[in-house]
Amino acid sequence: MATEAPPRSRFARTAFGARNERTEKLAGAVFGLMSAAMVVPLVAIVVYLFWLAWPSLGWEFIVDVPRRGMTEGGIWPAFVGTLYLVGMSLAVSAPIGVLAAVYLNEYAKDNWFNRVVNLAVINLAGVPSIVHALFGLGAFVYAARFGYSIISASLTLAIMTLPVIIASTREALASVPMPFREACWNVGATRWQTIKAVVLPNSISGILTGIILQVSRAAGETAPIMFTGAVFFKAVSRGDLFPYALNEQCMALSMHLYTLSTQVPDVKESMQYATAVVLLGSVLLVNAAAIVLRVWLRSRKKW
Amino acid sequence: MSEAAPKIEVEDLRLAYGTKEVIHGITFDVHHNEILAVIGPAQSGKTSMLRCLNRTIDFVAQATVRGTIRVDGEDIRRVRDVFALRRKIGMVAPLPVGLPITIYDNVAFAPRSAGRTRKADLDPIVERCLRQAALWDEVKDRLGSLGTALSGGQQQRLTIARALSHQPEILCLDEFSIAIDPVTTMRIEDVLKELREEMTILLVTNLTQQARRLANRTMFLWNGEIVELDDTDAIFSAETKDPRTRDYVRGVFG
Repeated sequence: MATEAPPRSRFARTAFGARNERTEKLAGAVFGLMSAAMVVPLVAIVVYLFWLAWPSLGWEFIVDVPRRGMTEGGIWPAFVGTLYLVGMSLAVSAPIGVLAAVYLNEYAKDNWFNRVVNLAVINLAGVPSIVHALFGLGAFVYAARFGYSIISASLTLAIMTLPVIIASTREALASVPMPFREACWNVGATRWQTIKAVVLPNSISGILTGIILQVSRAAGETAPIMFTGAVFFKAVSRGDLFPYALNEQCMALSMHLYTLSTQVPDVKESMQYATAVVLLGSVLLVNAAAIVLRVWLRSRKKW
Repeated sequence: MSEAAPKIEVEDLRLAYGTKEVIHGITFDVHHNEILAVIGPAQSGKTSMLRCLNRTIDFVAQATVRGTIRVDGEDIRRVRDVFALRRKIGMVAPLPVGLPITIYDNVAFAPRSAGRTRKADLDPIVERCLRQAALWDEVKDRLGSLGTALSGGQQQRLTIARALSHQPEILCLDEFSIAIDPVTTMRIEDVLKELREEMTILLVTNLTQQARRLANRTMFLWNGEIVELDDTDAIFSAETKDPRTRDYVRGVFG
């Protein structure tokens, strides 16, 4: 009696299946590689900066003032200046941006006025920073007579970050499902009661993330503050937390980096890189704080 | 019952989204303390009609409403406080929506919005509404957990509890049973029969048998027009005024 062939599995591999599997592997590899490619430059930049900055880095470098025509010492005035500028600009742009976004997303009807506002927001977000700088110079320094000052520079940065904050906040608000709002309206809640009870608590993590991401932008931009309130050098005392009045000019990290690299002869090379590390480090620190905050806020929201 | 003035009077109601008219002039009354069932296939304007009633249609851009709806003789287009109108009407949407706040807050939301914020006031309301919605026993030990963490059927009952929380005089149920099991549906139907003593109920349903079990009168709405509105027994009898009604309830079309 002939041995029977083992029964063929109904899930046996076909040529088509094999091809699919190969494609799947290839696709996974390509996408994975591209993602990895994104990490490489970041790591390279950080390592390179730290390597060259090492000789100058240290707590002293942050809290000390520049000495000997900025060729020695630290960066305290620039560090504090950046804190001032970023803090003040966000103090202006965050509330305005969030409230405007709430209006646009929750209250605004679809009419020509709101379409114009929308268009303005989108276009404002696309304006290059050097143009914001010129606008700030004309509007705040001259027209509003704030002079070259922290106020002018902060307001210029605020104008620059505002449209992005509006856009990110709107996105966060729009991610709250519509039926939640309808359920609230059905029981006689006003729009504001609905926003307060349901919409804001569930979009706050996205809103905050959008705002905090603008910290890095405000801290990094040089052009807008160079025209409106940042200076090469300002004498302040070491470790002074409040060295500036708001109507004075100030130093800033991004500007300082530019100055050290191009304007001052005989600077130790490591000082430029250390400045860059402090700038990058502060921004990364803020972003990390944003991530922690977001994770914490997300853990409290579920649907 | 019928000699008193009706609770709701709808007169030549027309609703258009943009240029497309979806309700073509319907006229009917809803009596005090009756259950009026509205049956009809999809796209016949049932949900839109309810949205006109509590004026949440105002939130839909492009929607134009003509005709009049009177609640207790008062034209709802003219009410000063639309929020007070909505609080008179409990609305249960077809898909369960547990708000992403605690179960307690879900039910307390409406009374709070109306200005009642004392916990001593809210506690009994929350318990009463959850009991009426046949949900109390399942959630009484975890009122602090999120409404969104409940199962679909539980969320639907939470929606019903929320609709009762502002002590409405009119309760509109829009396909309330599509997300819940038959046993729970029966429990809620029993609750509705009791609630009829206190309020007027508009029951939109795709389950014709549900209409038959509960409703005093039944309205067959089709393509934005009333085909027939009569006592439920008459609608489900062999001799309906319009043959389309008979065909629909017997499942011949639609």
